[in-house]
Amino acid sequence: MDQVPLDLHPPHDPQLPPPGTPLIEIRDVRKEFGHVIALAGVSLTVRAGEVLCLLGDNGAGKSTLIKTLSGVHRPSSGTFLVEGKVASFGGPRDALNAGIATVFQDLAMIPLMSVTRNFFMGREPTQGVWPFRRVDFKQCRNVTHAEMRRIGIDVRDPDQAVGTLSGGERQCVAIARAVYFGAKVLILDEPTSALGVAQTSMVLKYINLVKSRGLGVIFITHNVRHAYAVGDSFTVLNRGRTLGTYAKNEIAMDALQNLMAGGKELQELSSELGGTV
Amino acid sequence: MSGVQIADTSRNVSPREAPGAAGQPSGPAHGAGDERLRRSSLLVKLMRRPELGAIGGLAVVLTFFAFTANGSMFTLNGLMTVLNPSAQLGIMGVAAALLMIGGEFDLSIGSMVAFAGLVLGVLLLVLHLPLLVAVIGTLVIAGGIGALNGQLVIRTRLPSFIVTLAFLFILRGLSLVGLKIATGGSTQMRGFRAVVDGSVLAPFFSGNAFGGLFRALAAHGVIEALPDGSPAAPGVPIAVVWFVLITAIATWVLLRTKLGNWIFASGGDANAARNSGVPVDMVKTGLFTLTACSAALVAVLTVFDAGSTDAMRGLQKEFQAVIAAVIGGCLLTGGYGSAIGAFFGSIIFGIVSIGLTYTGFDSDWFQVFLGAMLLIAVIFNNGLRRKVTGER
Ligand SMILES: Nc1ncnc2c1ncn2[C@@H]1O[C@H](COP(=O)(O)OP(=O)(O)OP(=O)(O)O)[C@@H](O)[C@H]1O
Ligand SMILES: [Mg+2]
Repeated sequence: MDQVPLDLHPPHDPQLPPPGTPLIEIRDVRKEFGHVIALAGVSLTVRAGEVLCLLGDNGAGKSTLIKTLSGVHRPSSGTFLVEGKVASFGGPRDALNAGIATVFQDLAMIPLMSVTRNFFMGREPTQGVWPFRRVDFKQCRNVTHAEMRRIGIDVRDPDQAVGTLSGGERQCVAIARAVYFGAKVLILDEPTSALGVAQTSMVLKYINLVKSRGLGVIFITHNVRHAYAVGDSFTVLNRGRTLGTYAKNEIAMDALQNLMAGGKELQELSSELGGTV
Repeated sequence: MSGVQIADTSRNVSPREAPGAAGQPSGPAHGAGDERLRRSSLLVKLMRRPELGAIGGLAVVLTFFAFTANGSMFTLNGLMTVLNPSAQLGIMGVAAALLMIGGEFDLSIGSMVAFAGLVLGVLLLVLHLPLLVAVIGTLVIAGGIGALNGQLVIRTRLPSFIVTLAFLFILRGLSLVGLKIATGGSTQMRGFRAVVDGSVLAPFFSGNAFGGLFRALAAHGVIEALPDGSPAAPGVPIAVVWFVLITAIATWVLLRTKLGNWIFASGGDANAARNSGVPVDMVKTGLFTLTACSAALVAVLTVFDAGSTDAMRGLQKEFQAVIAAVIGGCLLTGGYGSAIGAFFGSIIFGIVSIGLTYTGFDSDWFQVFLGAMLLIAVIFNNGLRRKVTGER
């Protein structure tokens, strides 16, 4: 269990393929929930050492898409490759074992459990031999405290219940957890929606950090500035379909913003509101 | 950080906070530490423990009986008399507590005591299997039904309350019908004594433990002796030994192991747990198996103790086990509770049910006492939980 080094230009992780290698590839993935078509054929590629921003309106299918990548949903049809091999995850545990860590939009935290227990949930480090194998809670506590400080939150007490944390603090626990355990791909579903200014810039810096270590990152956000700041390429979803994928040098921020709105005329809205949007 | 994050900066952003400008490594919390950090006091730490209520309740109950019961209740012998029924309930109470923490109920464990008694009787007295095989067979069959309960709950996504309520009746009915068939019309099966007595397995499931120790202590006058020199209390009832052992293991598992973390997580929020890589279905099925096996163990203990089995064994024990778990601090909604709490909850149970016979009160006050206790425990636990865990 390696830690994220604090320096801003960490060495490329030798375990990971060279930058640019596709880590996850999906082609024409569809997902239906009964009559609801959440994904109507989506394709994208996540490459090592790159940040892919997934953009789109509410209900576009972003969360559904990343849930298929992280093993929560099985795609109804389509191709799903991890490092060039066909992948079929039976559950989130398989995805985690394949090195794909996710910050879900609902965070996947248990309010009644302590910060430490949440941090290591499903990934508990153990010591001793069976039947005396136990979790090394001292180490867990130290790691949690250190990782939370690093992201800019001083957890008053790692034994306090997550339910007692503020919404933003909770989000930081989820992000720190995913960064700590993500080995190949890090997926962040609107990770900064409740964060303060300092924490948001910290998270964006984390994304850069993780990228320079050679991981692939999928970053979902509704904030075009955040996307433009860290993204290498942008995939825009609309009503379950890929509207297009653009490299950073192919598209300007304004054009991207208009695409994100799903073609709705932002200009009009914007002038109605006095140009504040 | 609450001061900073009021402003939702993610959607309408001022250019100044654009990430490129994020030169400073972190927020105000960095370096000097959070000035609002207050080390949690011992009291808060204590309050955070779910078993606090049960220990308080035990103190209240003991005080009550110290004033009302005659002195023989508080002798060693009296203590063992109280602990034996506590243990028979508590073995199931602790298992029920684990299941409740895991977010489910099992209302079939009372009927399971009778059903497992029937199975043991059939294996032992009808099929004449060796004792060890019969005991293991009983545990396996009970565990299988527990796993079936679990799978039904998981696959149908029905509340476990309903699924196991069905098994409450199914198993009770099967016990009645089965016993009548096996015995030719009676709802009781006798004749275990002949098979059990003298077996090497018998001491594990019947009689008292530490008899030698008690005799030695009595001989040296440390504990009360009868006129003939033998100890007034012959030893620790074997059910009590199982009870303490099971509580100790359950507590260790809950607080120190991976599985314990998974149990809390599964009950706290099954979906979040699953998304974090916890094998929730496996954990829940395992817990249903465990409660069923705990009922089967109680069946074996009572059959060996009484030498007979009865279709009405374990009546209402499912509710009593849940009450013990709730008094012990388990939340009905799951994700919170303790095995030690259920341990004390069961002891409170035993003390009240047996203790009343040591007082001048009608022992039928028991049920009133029990209901009141449950109500107080639930109200107290809910308030405490809200305070300590920040439930909003
Ligand atoms: N389990 C489900 N059952 C039925 N419909 C679903 C399910 N999950 C998602 N959907 C539907 O699929 C569509 C896409 O939802 P999704 O959560 O992926 O949107 P999103 O792009 O993440 O939106 P947001 O920006 O609001 O988070 C929505 O119309 C939603 O109602
Ligand atoms: Mg979403």
